[in-house]
Amino acid sequence: MNIKAYIDRIDLRRFRFWFQLATFALLVYGGRLAIDLGNSLPTFSCGYNKKGLAGVCYLLPLQHQLAEPWSQLFSPAGLGVLGGFALFLLWFVALNKAWCGFICPLGTIQDWITSLRKMLGIRYSTYSDEQFKKLSLVKYVLLLALIFMPLAIGGQLLSHDWATPYCQICPARMIIPVFNGDFSQWLVDFSSTGKMVLTALGMFITGLFLIGSFLKKRFFCFFCPMAAFHYIFSKLALFKLKKEGSKCTVCGNCYRVCDLQIKPIADNVVKKDILMDDCILCLKCVAACPEQGALRVDFLGRTVFESTKDGFVKRMGLEKKE
Amino acid sequence: MSLEQQQREIETPQHRHARHQGMEAGEVLDTVEKAFAGNPENMRYFYDLFRDVYCNGIKPHPGKEMIGTMCVQIPDEIIHAADGVPVRMCNGFYTDEEIGGEFMPAKSCSLVKASLGMLKSETNPYSDGIKVIVNPTTCDQKKKVAGMMREMGYNVYDMELPPVKESEEGREYWRRSVRKFTQEVGKLTGQKVSRKGLKQTIKKVGIAQQAYHRLNNLRKQTPAPILGKDIFMVTNAYFFDDLERWTAATEALCEEIEARVAAGHNAAGRRSPRIVFTGSPPVFPNLKLPLMIEQADGVIVADETCSSNRLLNDMVSVDEWFMYDMVDAVADRYLKSCTCPIFTMNDDRIRRLIELYRSFNADGIVYQAFAGCSVYEMEQRSVAKAMEKEGIPMLYIETDYSPSHSGQLLTRIEAFMESLKARGRLK
Repeated sequence: MNIKAYIDRIDLRRFRFWFQLATFALLVYGGRLAIDLGNSLPTFSCGYNKKGLAGVCYLLPLQHQLAEPWSQLFSPAGLGVLGGFALFLLWFVALNKAWCGFICPLGTIQDWITSLRKMLGIRYSTYSDEQFKKLSLVKYVLLLALIFMPLAIGGQLLSHDWATPYCQICPARMIIPVFNGDFSQWLVDFSSTGKMVLTALGMFITGLFLIGSFLKKRFFCFFCPMAAFHYIFSKLALFKLKKEGSKCTVCGNCYRVCDLQIKPIADNVVKKDILMDDCILCLKCVAACPEQGALRVDFLGRTVFESTKDGFVKRMGLEKKE
Repeated sequence: MSLEQQQREIETPQHRHARHQGMEAGEVLDTVEKAFAGNPENMRYFYDLFRDVYCNGIKPHPGKEMIGTMCVQIPDEIIHAADGVPVRMCNGFYTDEEIGGEFMPAKSCSLVKASLGMLKSETNPYSDGIKVIVNPTTCDQKKKVAGMMREMGYNVYDMELPPVKESEEGREYWRRSVRKFTQEVGKLTGQKVSRKGLKQTIKKVGIAQQAYHRLNNLRKQTPAPILGKDIFMVTNAYFFDDLERWTAATEALCEEIEARVAAGHNAAGRRSPRIVFTGSPPVFPNLKLPLMIEQADGVIVADETCSSNRLLNDMVSVDEWFMYDMVDAVADRYLKSCTCPIFTMNDDRIRRLIELYRSFNADGIVYQAFAGCSVYEMEQRSVAKAMEKEGIPMLYIETDYSPSHSGQLLTRIEAFMESLKARGRLK
């Protein structure tokens, strides 16, 4: 059997579990081994996880930089922002949204919570089509807020108490440090109105995160401003999720297994580059597709993983035991 | 009783019907078996199965509770999980069509008339043991036939199928229908559908489908290692055969055909045009058109019909094996990928045809529409147009179950085959 056939038959569930575990350990505990991947990671490797940090989520430095006084930001000194951004883009372009499905520690935690739910025998919930369409816009609102609020601070339109607004409400700030025994973020900061509002909101959203991801697969990813930010640049990425519409029977297997309930993956038979804004590139859709070559992942134009009958049959446990 | 007395005894209409039916089936079986040289050894199982059930009066599932299904959309997985035996009621007998015709307008579909006729005659192989007939609301004729079946004393369950399958409303509507059916079928058989049971039957049906895919995939080979008439016999047997026995027989056939492929065996002629068959379903013994095509030196390498490919093509994938995750998954398979012409749009069917034509390396398409099957008749235009645009030759044939006009039909088919051969030479 050649390598391609071997990969197409992979047990994706197991592979992802171990891969996510490894990247989780790297990002959450890597700092203890003096690993430093810089400040521009396109994933929620939270900067507040001081004890184990192996690299910082780009949203933290971005919000810091955008809050610089306008006189600095819009001067040659402001070019530093572009340096950080370029690095972010490089990281992102290499892996596309696979950062979400395979690396993001907060995503991994949600998958673990999902496993817990499954073990308890509780079925997941879904959004209706209507809810989906409305809620899907939240991440863009958050993205706009995390760009414009710091800008307003830099322009002295808003107090510094509202600094790094997204980080203050991001559940990663509270949850990820816990894995290093650090509960210091679990508080509401009453020192100012801005801080109080943001940290209280953060507390609330963390609660929502824990409950939500128990009920719904990848609950938070749906609202993630990083996902929205990714999507803007996803056309540049080297990893591509492709669909061959002519081979699709619209059976809906891919849509049903999709943690993010992305419907065009099944229904759209025209679009070739099928990566949607909510996609986390977990590749479950490719693994669940029974049609030979209908869905595939390309890296630099080369197919690295594709849907096959053979792989489908193996993953579904329909193979005869020889 | 002396011989003389026996002969003098007047044959009842039921007996006469059974005798005619046996003759009709026997004649087709003889053609299937004897008009072609070098049938695969492992087709014997299927030939004998049909002979037993339709000529020798052997009941397929003695003592079992059978659930009659009127269309391809009724989920087998769920019926099996409720410990029922799904038996497809779509019938291909001309003798039955004549009986059913008495209840329906002259210009109705042969298949619907024949199915009704079969239920009317007491000699049908499923006469005792049909607990309920599940009738999805597909075409108008099948919808209206439900009332007639009720009148005949059958317990009929209307399973609501939406006329639009693209919309979210349609999906949800059908999922609800299937969820309700899952509960109801358990009450009917006395065996509640359980999570474990359904998981098992999804896999069992999946294994059967895999056997079909393995066989079907071999038809992509050039030269064609197996004739289409044999494939129709295999898939038609799926209508009523025991699931595991069918799977085992199909796997045995696969092995033989794989060996044939390895040996470069050609089941058809040297330059036989490769045909994709679509439209109204050939159901045993109405294999008239497939047999004609292959007797006219064509070979059917793929099909898009609800008695074959559409029946077994789409496999279910489940993310989390919870009861209603499985039920919804099963529901989707029967609705979303279904290319039945009763739906408003037929883009999927056209796409499918083009894909089959390409991936099975075919030379042309034969489109059968039963006279009176208005939905297939109506789709002819759009399909013909799409095929023309793709440069795919297509022959449209309107026909029914009657044995008349066969000379005329054969001439048309032969002409089409010749034109495909001529086209092949030009290529």
